[in-house]
Amino acid sequence: MQANFDLKNLPQENRLFLSRAVTLILFVVLLSLALITRLSYLQIETHDKYADLAQENRVNLSVVTPVRGLIFDSNGQVLAENIPSYSLELTPEQINDLPLTIERLRQIIPITDRDVKRFQRKRKQNKRFNSTPLRTRLSEEEVAIFAVNRLRFPGVDIEARLLRHYPYPKLTSHVVGYVGAINEKELKEIDPTNYRGSRFIGKTGLEKTYEAELHGQVGYQQTENTAQGRSIKVLNNTPPISGTDLTLNIDIELQRIAYQALGDFTGAVVAIDTKNGAVKALVSKPGFNTNLFVQGIDQKSYNDLQSSKKRPLFNRFLRGQYPPGSTLKPFIGLAGLDYGVANAEQHTYCPGYYQLPKQSHKYRDWKKSGHGRMNLHDSIVQSCDVYFYDLAHQLEIDRMHHFLSQFGFGHTTGIDITGEKSGLLPSKKWKRRVHNQTWYPGETLIAGIGQGFNLTTPLQLAHATSIIANKGHARKPVIVSHLNQRPIIQIPSDTTSVELKKPHYWDEMINALLDVTKSARGTARRPMEGTPYNVAGKTGTAQVFSIKQDEEYDEENTVHHLKDHALFIAFAPVKEPQLSVAVIVENGGHGGSVAAPIARAIFDHFIKESSPTP
Amino acid sequence: MNWHRQYTQPVTHYQQKKGDWFQRLHIDPVLLFLLILLSSISLMVLMSAGHEDSALMYRQATRLGIAFIAMFIVAQIPPHLLKMLSPALFVLGVLLLLGVLFFGEIGKGAQRWLDFGFFRFQPSELLKLAAPMMIAGYLADKHLPPRPKHLVFATVFIAIPTLLIAKQPDLGTAILIATSGIAVLFLAGISWRLIGIVIAIGGALTPIIWNLMKGYQRQRVLTFLNPENDPLGTGYHIIQSKIAIGSGGIYGKGWMHSSQARLEFLPESSTDFIFSVFAEEFGLLGCIALLSIYLLIFLRAIYIAIQAQDTYSRLLAGSLALTFFVYLFVNVGMVTGILPVVGVPLPLVSYGGTSMVTLLISFGIIMSIQTHRKLLSS
Repeated sequence: MQANFDLKNLPQENRLFLSRAVTLILFVVLLSLALITRLSYLQIETHDKYADLAQENRVNLSVVTPVRGLIFDSNGQVLAENIPSYSLELTPEQINDLPLTIERLRQIIPITDRDVKRFQRKRKQNKRFNSTPLRTRLSEEEVAIFAVNRLRFPGVDIEARLLRHYPYPKLTSHVVGYVGAINEKELKEIDPTNYRGSRFIGKTGLEKTYEAELHGQVGYQQTENTAQGRSIKVLNNTPPISGTDLTLNIDIELQRIAYQALGDFTGAVVAIDTKNGAVKALVSKPGFNTNLFVQGIDQKSYNDLQSSKKRPLFNRFLRGQYPPGSTLKPFIGLAGLDYGVANAEQHTYCPGYYQLPKQSHKYRDWKKSGHGRMNLHDSIVQSCDVYFYDLAHQLEIDRMHHFLSQFGFGHTTGIDITGEKSGLLPSKKWKRRVHNQTWYPGETLIAGIGQGFNLTTPLQLAHATSIIANKGHARKPVIVSHLNQRPIIQIPSDTTSVELKKPHYWDEMINALLDVTKSARGTARRPMEGTPYNVAGKTGTAQVFSIKQDEEYDEENTVHHLKDHALFIAFAPVKEPQLSVAVIVENGGHGGSVAAPIARAIFDHFIKESSPTP
Repeated sequence: MNWHRQYTQPVTHYQQKKGDWFQRLHIDPVLLFLLILLSSISLMVLMSAGHEDSALMYRQATRLGIAFIAMFIVAQIPPHLLKMLSPALFVLGVLLLLGVLFFGEIGKGAQRWLDFGFFRFQPSELLKLAAPMMIAGYLADKHLPPRPKHLVFATVFIAIPTLLIAKQPDLGTAILIATSGIAVLFLAGISWRLIGIVIAIGGALTPIIWNLMKGYQRQRVLTFLNPENDPLGTGYHIIQSKIAIGSGGIYGKGWMHSSQARLEFLPESSTDFIFSVFAEEFGLLGCIALLSIYLLIFLRAIYIAIQAQDTYSRLLAGSLALTFFVYLFVNVGMVTGILPVVGVPLPLVSYGGTSMVTLLISFGIIMSIQTHRKLLSS
């Protein structure tokens, strides 16, 4: 050490060190200035940008989905409710080995490959700290099994979400309808703000018609969240407004009776309170399990429903357009009276067929041997076709069209459910417009017995029947009676009014309809035997296919789906009408024997219910 | 005083003003004040960055206490003794580094720790001191500016610990140790021409170094070059750090109001990224004030180096002063996005024990140099 000391030139070393130290100081000052420049850039120049980003980081806007309104029947029975559904949800951020976790979950809870595939798809759309459902609709037992094993599965949780549930899925399939996941098309139409967070939307029936009321108003919550998504503090809270509850006029008991009365047949039943248009039963059979659609139906079940010969997805009471057959006769008869073409005294002879002047074609009566001398009353009671051929011939199609149109035929009733069909009430103009053909007199005859071009929906028939029951006026059919327990007030313009030249025409027709169920030759006498109330009704049989001129309809040997549709319209009690009913039994055969008993079952229940003292 | 004389060569008595307690205690009051100021800031920012976890603060306070005691003890050791101990410490450090390579404990993908059962020790921390001490000691006795032969040895002394630590891999510490060594060389007066040549060669070697880097190191460099490329992966740290700093603005959001740290968007908010929390809460003005404290510490240390009377003390104090500042520069450069994320804490402010003890010991050495000056006048 000492030896080396001599070689050193201390003053020079000192100078050198000093210069180097000063260089270092300059260097360090420069670096400091560089840092301050950088900090100034971040904190002054780009401050606004980063302040916004920090705010975005800090404040988390979460959507609080409103609870969907419930649907009740007229007696407060729940027809659509929200039940908690448990789903197994995974938060990928908190899981180290996702495939292993899924594998281990599978050992305690059944999880299909389809579940896993769906999970993987959804996971990619979600943020890492959001949970994604792996299995939905866990049973209570599965929830319990997982709860016991929870500690073994960090990042896996059971989530309860509200799911729509229909306690009477088959009875209410077509009235209440169902909700399903919002699709692309619906996404474009809905208010994106209000539907933030909503997963379901009404797809059919009242769920669709009253979507705006049922959905409610979305709520918001501004929270301060950590990077992991944990809420620390609520900054601002706008609670959601729950959807409006609907109370229906429908009585689920009556609905069940009607549904069951249809037995194995397919068909439709409509029952309307004649006093106020309240729809008490709306049945389309068969129904289907609407609950399957809520979380997305699987392809096979859907295909089965689609291809079923009984067409369960088809809403018959609203969209089923059937030839009304003889159930149209009371309205034609009223037209005859009103236009002075028919009167109580006037008779027509029925030989079993009808021929237009100078034509050889024979228009058959359903009774081959003929009814003999017939007036309007008897023709209604016995449903004589020849009388109505003649009446139609005299009325001509356009007068029939004009008169029947007042009863709602040919246009929608305006019931509060979407998708209603208008049926078809033919006229010369219509045929020219649609088929570009002239009207043939023979077509008028066929129209006179409710065949040919005529098409009506069961709802139209029941509504028109109400008009007769009330002698000229009836309210528009309505399904929903209350929104959130507040009654919906009907406006006067919702009432149809038909004025006849002489009011006693109504009585004449109603008497005839009463005799349909009372007189010995009445077509609906047997099913209405022994009722404690009087029923005015009319049977109908609608041809599904036309019989050739010399052929005979052989009921026994006709394949089922080509059998005639059985129809029956009625109201009761006759004096102070309460309920009008229309029944259509597809391929049921005779209206009197098949459709009328169904109406009877409904009257029995309804009239007993509403008048405790018989 | 007796034990001093035993070890001091050649003769010696130390400058002492009567009644100067600091001198007697071998404490530099200016440095002490600045260091305590910085430590207080550390505790204050930790309160916020550590999510009001008081346990964290107490631990930090305890460590600071231990570190200050260590500083005080080291300040008592006269520079000559330190110089004598330098080679032994260096060799011990290198041996321990080799030990880490073979028996070390792996934490966060790097082998840095030696576990002695009752405590864990990072040999790289020892080398932060031992490496500049060794090189300063080696060059102090040689002709300055150093001759090529001595330069080669000095370079080897720098390269051995740097490479061993880079291999752990701990790039941040490797850079700091290399810096401390190079600082000694620079202060020893190596020619500017040589510096130019070395920089040129370094530039040429960059692709080779790139190939030698580990995957995550390369990733850090790539992320540094374009953090927005991978906002949820490796770029996340830098983006969130810039958001914290930038949103602080000129005046800051106020103490305890760093939303980035409180809401856990900012990772490592109490350790490597604590500066971002400070910047968010105290703004540009706070940052300038904080940087000024660091700068003052550096200036005081370099002043002590200039004042030092022997070459060893000068070189060592200058090197330690620069290393301290480079520490700061790398950390702030990293969190503001002008340097890659290499994992260097903010000196004396970041939470964490080992580096704090090392740093304060280095100030103990500087204080020793300051307070053991010979009386020139006599």
